[in-house]
Amino acid sequence: MVPDAEVRTYYDRPILKQPVWTWLVPAYFFTGGLAAGSAMLAAGARLTGNRRLARQSRLVALGALGASTALLIKDLGRPGRFYNMFRVLKPTSPMSIGSWALGAFGSAAAAGMASDVLDVLPGLGALADMAAGGIAPAVATYTAVLLADTAVPAWHEARHELPFVFAASAAASAGGVAVALTPPSEAGPARRVLGAGALAELAAVEALHRRLGPELAATYEQGLAGTLGTWSKALTAVGAVTAVAGGRRFRPLAVAGGLATAAGGAVLRFAIFEAGKAAARDPKYVVGPQRREAGVGG
Amino acid sequence: MSAADPAAIAGWEAHPPRMGFFTDTSVCIGCKACEVACKEWNNVPEDGLAWLGLSYDNTGSLGASTWRHVAFIEQPQAGQDHGIRWLMSSDVCKHCTSAACLEVCPTGSLIRTEFGTVVVQQDICNGCGYCVSACPFGVIDRREEDGRVWKCTLCYDRLKDDLTPACAKACPTESIQFGPLLELRTRAEQRVDSLQAQGETGARLYGADPSDGVGGTGAFFLLLDDPEVYGLPPKPASTTRDLPSMWKSAAMAALSLTAGVAAAFLGRRR
Ligand code: SF4
Ligand code: SF4
Repeated sequence: MVPDAEVRTYYDRPILKQPVWTWLVPAYFFTGGLAAGSAMLAAGARLTGNRRLARQSRLVALGALGASTALLIKDLGRPGRFYNMFRVLKPTSPMSIGSWALGAFGSAAAAGMASDVLDVLPGLGALADMAAGGIAPAVATYTAVLLADTAVPAWHEARHELPFVFAASAAASAGGVAVALTPPSEAGPARRVLGAGALAELAAVEALHRRLGPELAATYEQGLAGTLGTWSKALTAVGAVTAVAGGRRFRPLAVAGGLATAAGGAVLRFAIFEAGKAAARDPKYVVGPQRREAGVGG
Repeated sequence: MSAADPAAIAGWEAHPPRMGFFTDTSVCIGCKACEVACKEWNNVPEDGLAWLGLSYDNTGSLGASTWRHVAFIEQPQAGQDHGIRWLMSSDVCKHCTSAACLEVCPTGSLIRTEFGTVVVQQDICNGCGYCVSACPFGVIDRREEDGRVWKCTLCYDRLKDDLTPACAKACPTESIQFGPLLELRTRAEQRVDSLQAQGETGARLYGADPSDGVGGTGAFFLLLDDPEVYGLPPKPASTTRDLPSMWKSAAMAALSLTAGVAAAFLGRRR
């Protein structure tokens, strides 16, 4: 770990710009993940004939997707030009790839919903649900690549763990909401997704901290990011245990545990966002790691 | 050669040589004529008249409405006038060979010009802000009252008319030199050699190496101390170079997610 004093800076002024993104962006990440996880639950439920869970999850998926898209548009400097996202398809831009994935995902989920509600073309409807479920893992993880493909060290150096954090958290959150909304007797698969997702989320966050090493991990451990991170862990762990152990029999525990798990996932996105802001604010997080990479000492 | 010819990579068939800046900070006198000329020519709005208390620097940093920024560093050093060594350096967008801002832009608003420079098309930018966090130099930023991002265009309009960019034109000491990039690099190497020979052992080029993390920059510098002393990152890189490995990790995470959800349904049916 490099003591601050050894890093030379220009009057301690930031080297990187602060992200211009506001709270709308982590909220968009969370709702996007929730939508993706829920669409996968819907597809699984439809395949296994669990109609109730399928309907419920598809509804959550569409609602969360709508919220996600609205948040994304609201955060643009020129919301009226949102459609320029579909002007090109750019392989070097995770945001471009993600916009197209979101578009395809939304269309498929809406088609599945329409077929179910209107009771028409059940075959096509099932196909649409499967398509939504198939695109969903990309929707759940592209936002991690989006963050990782920036100059912000707290995000870029975590590039191999962030997708796992986002995928696991999408599963945990979707499982959580489904467990809260579905009668326990039909929520078995959702409970298992919640449990496994929560475990994976906690493990992936731990791996992320280890990968960063003490110097950069500080951006996740100190300040607002640190507080949010602690809350996220607590909500996810307590929520998952409550929902899995108690939610099988007692509906109130299912609701409380499920919602707490989802809240843990939401808070986690904000923690990651704040860690990046902290890393961009202090030039030592840019100079220190780059100096070591250059092998020139601290 | 191809590494230094981003315009060709971007699809320009017949195009002028790649143009750039060589900023020789050893002759900068801190007059800020470049800052003023840039603002005037490009009609860049005022962005705060503040007293920062950082030597003569009241500009602070590059930003949406500051496209040239002169840094002032006072280093206590025996044998110098008043015991102070002055470092002054006029910073600007680097017009990277591998420009992260341009690579991540989802709308195609950021483009590579026929001169090999990097320019925002203001009629297309939707203000998503991705480029702001992608730039390893902290150059490009959003003008909040406008919603779009702005940065140095290397005076694209002047270049098309065969004119020198405003800042270079205004620089009284030729600290800012404009020209074909390859010529500038040769000239800069000679300048480093002669400074070294005069005993200026800290003289080094910054951004002139095509094998660095951004493929070398179109605007490069002769510095007298470590880059971070001037507020520049020591080892800048365009993170899109890691994109294949990042997508690979994402694919693995996505597969695990699919497998996990499938297992939850297949596990115990009840
Ligand atoms: S310095 Fe930043 S804004 Fe300028 S071309 Fe490079 S990445 Fe883009
Ligand atoms: S803010 Fe504008 S220029 Fe920057 S990445 Fe978004 S659309 Fe492109």
